[in-house]
Amino acid sequence: MTALLESAFNAGMAGIVSYGSYVPYRRLKRAAIAAVLGTPPGKGERAIASFDEDSVSMAVEASRDALKASPGEVQALIFATTTPPYAEKLSAAVIGAATQLPMEIRATDLTGSVRAGMSALLQGADAVSGGAKRTLVAIGDSRLAAPEGKAEQTTGDGAVAFVLGSENVIAEIEATASLTREFLDSWRAQGEQFSHSWEERFTLTQAHSPLLGTVIKNVLEKAKVAPGDLSKVILDAPNARAADEIARALKIDPTKFSDSFALTIGQTGAAHAGLMLTAALPSAKPGDRILVATVADGADAILFRVTAANAAFKPVHSVGRMIESKGDVTYANYLKWREILPTEPPRRPDPERPAGPPMMRSEKWKFGFIGSKCTNCGTPQLPPQLVCVKCHKRGFMEPYQFADRTAKIATYAIDRLAYSLNPPTVNVVIDFDGGGRFLCEMTDCEPEKVAIGDEVEMTFRRLFTADGVKNYFWKARPRR
Amino acid sequence: MASKGIKDRVAIIGMGCTKFGEHWDKGPEDLLVDAAYQAYESAGMQPEDVDAYWLGTMGSGVSGLTLSEPLKIQYKPVTRVENMCATGSEALRQACYAVASGAFDVAMAIGVEKLKDSGYSGLVMGGIPNDGTEGSMTAPASFSLLAPAYFKKYGLDPDKGKDVLTRIAWKNHKNGAKNPKAQFQKEMSLEAIKNSPKIADPLGIMDCSGVSDGSAAAIVVRAEDAHKYCKNPIYIKALSFIAGPAEGPLSQDYDFTTFREVVATAKDAYAQAGITNPREQISMAEVHDCFTPTELVLYEDLGFSPRGTAWQDVMDGFFDLEGKLPVNPDGGLKSFGHPIGASGLRMMYEMWLQMRGEAGQRQIKNPKVGLTHNLGGAPGRCVSFVSVVGSQVG
Repeated sequence: MTALLESAFNAGMAGIVSYGSYVPYRRLKRAAIAAVLGTPPGKGERAIASFDEDSVSMAVEASRDALKASPGEVQALIFATTTPPYAEKLSAAVIGAATQLPMEIRATDLTGSVRAGMSALLQGADAVSGGAKRTLVAIGDSRLAAPEGKAEQTTGDGAVAFVLGSENVIAEIEATASLTREFLDSWRAQGEQFSHSWEERFTLTQAHSPLLGTVIKNVLEKAKVAPGDLSKVILDAPNARAADEIARALKIDPTKFSDSFALTIGQTGAAHAGLMLTAALPSAKPGDRILVATVADGADAILFRVTAANAAFKPVHSVGRMIESKGDVTYANYLKWREILPTEPPRRPDPERPAGPPMMRSEKWKFGFIGSKCTNCGTPQLPPQLVCVKCHKRGFMEPYQFADRTAKIATYAIDRLAYSLNPPTVNVVIDFDGGGRFLCEMTDCEPEKVAIGDEVEMTFRRLFTADGVKNYFWKARPRR
Repeated sequence: MASKGIKDRVAIIGMGCTKFGEHWDKGPEDLLVDAAYQAYESAGMQPEDVDAYWLGTMGSGVSGLTLSEPLKIQYKPVTRVENMCATGSEALRQACYAVASGAFDVAMAIGVEKLKDSGYSGLVMGGIPNDGTEGSMTAPASFSLLAPAYFKKYGLDPDKGKDVLTRIAWKNHKNGAKNPKAQFQKEMSLEAIKNSPKIADPLGIMDCSGVSDGSAAAIVVRAEDAHKYCKNPIYIKALSFIAGPAEGPLSQDYDFTTFREVVATAKDAYAQAGITNPREQISMAEVHDCFTPTELVLYEDLGFSPRGTAWQDVMDGFFDLEGKLPVNPDGGLKSFGHPIGASGLRMMYEMWLQMRGEAGQRQIKNPKVGLTHNLGGAPGRCVSFVSVVGSQVG
């Protein structure tokens, strides 16, 4: 064992350059589940991806923040999730298009276990040491659990994204360690809606605790760092008791364990360790060592050392701000959004499947929300136009980015007739600061509170699914 | 304005209109044959006397065969036209130009829609392959955009604004109750209208036009020939039609309290007809009241009320059947119903009846100049039609 460790197989010696965190707006109170099902009421609440969100759309939101906080070239993109929207079709391609990455990137989806998020970080670092200038690691999960089960209470939805690189690093990777062991813990077969899991005492004592203990011991030995030198320990384990056992076995001060968001967000699958890390980074000091470890069919650990550059880094939305920005969802609506509770469809036609050729032609508009600006008269307009709406001249349009611009509501409509999993549909006419007007749906809002003059920002969503095609596009939301 | 108009050069010499409503026992072909034969009889003509046809339907058929097949038209031109909810008016406009040009002596414009066969609530469009970014706003939601914008601009609190909209629907139901061909021949209380279930706030179901089946037809000839067929024809004073540049959803300077397309068609039509003061000179109007806020805004766009004051005219009864300028004396889209392709011709049918003194219980005293207004699309992105007709040449 020692020989292996000395010939250390580490992930590439890259580091975190930037990050973005995303927690969906909606929260389901655990007491609200109990009130319907008659089960014992749990404490706190969990984050719920809205009816128009999925692992990819949330990962786009986190990625937008990460790239906005540190603009620059990206040469590789890795998306990780346990809940990919497609069984066949690259989700990373959607994320690349929505974040306007160039076509010349290497892109991969990683899935299969909640450890996929850590795998993405490790492989992202490998890409950097393999020569990629920077890698975008986007991780999102929208976890589905059977009503009345424990997982329904403990899981949550969210996303996180990291830009990894070798310059302007705010937390460098000091050492990594991995273990892989075949173990019947959690599983979900093709076509199944909900995961199964083995009995807890067995998985805790025979898998989670020993695997985490070993992987942490290994990574610390590789870096020649003592447990007492750690500033923070981020442990993402299905069973909270694993942390107690690790603390006892490795003599780590229990106060160094990060909040696992059990009461505020829930366990966000593949994204969770990363999300916890983005919560720990803002207060970390230069030289701080942060250990991140996850367990599932084995275990991964990464030891980070925070650099002086961290102090100057400002996330676009902090995890704390994302946790505070919220609105409740009723349990009944949650069940409808996830189509766990089938409902009578409206007497309106089903949405039409978007068509391949028009989507290809309008890729920059549909995914990147790029409109146009007339260089003759200076008027921004969206969708992109051929002839200027203002000066009526042809041939003066240049691309113009609207996704990161804020806007104000000019007027609105509350549509109770349109097809939606979350009626009524709120439509808003919005005027962008700096010019440009658009008519679109508004999400994450309370319809009765919408008013002319309200400030909104754009968010990437899945409008609907038709014939299996996930129709992604942009909506407005109140500023978060 | 580039359009020169065809004032007094074309006359309507016969019209027909089916009852509008839920015709479970009739298809588009039944409705078309019924309306066409009513028009033949009204003009004292045989089918072979008509030289050419313009058929308007948005979705109840494609091509001229939709009409020629059921009517067994004997090898004559039938042109199918579509311009959303202004389809019926567009058919009439084309037929008028055809006879004015001298290309034909007698033309029929006919419109039809069979909406109740779809099984859906409200109007359904689509079917064009697209990139999935266009949204799925329903018609009531699109037109409801006008309400908060108008209320805010003119300082109406939402409850007062709702009373104004309610009064418009109430008036149209009151008029429709006097019309044996209307879909809803029933007066409704203000309270029932105001409290009807919400469709697109602040619009309730009673703020929406009736989803309906129906057909209407007109036969037109050159004005100099009119008296050969008919003792009291009505004369086309103006026809204006515009498809807008759809700048409402693109331009921040559009404020959702007007239809620029309507303002432009009204200006054009008034210039053609020689109308300088529509509030005083127009005896009656049929306007496109697809939803109550539309009618409110149209009063101002058509120059019936100065900007920001139409709501006061509504509350004062100015547009009631007994008012100074009766609007939608036949009940409008609200209570006559709105079978898309037929509606523009149905509006003209009311002009025909009123000017000939055949409007029964809802007869307006001696109307001389009438206006029909028909639009399709949504606020900021629409097509608009305005016609002016009169009982006399000159």
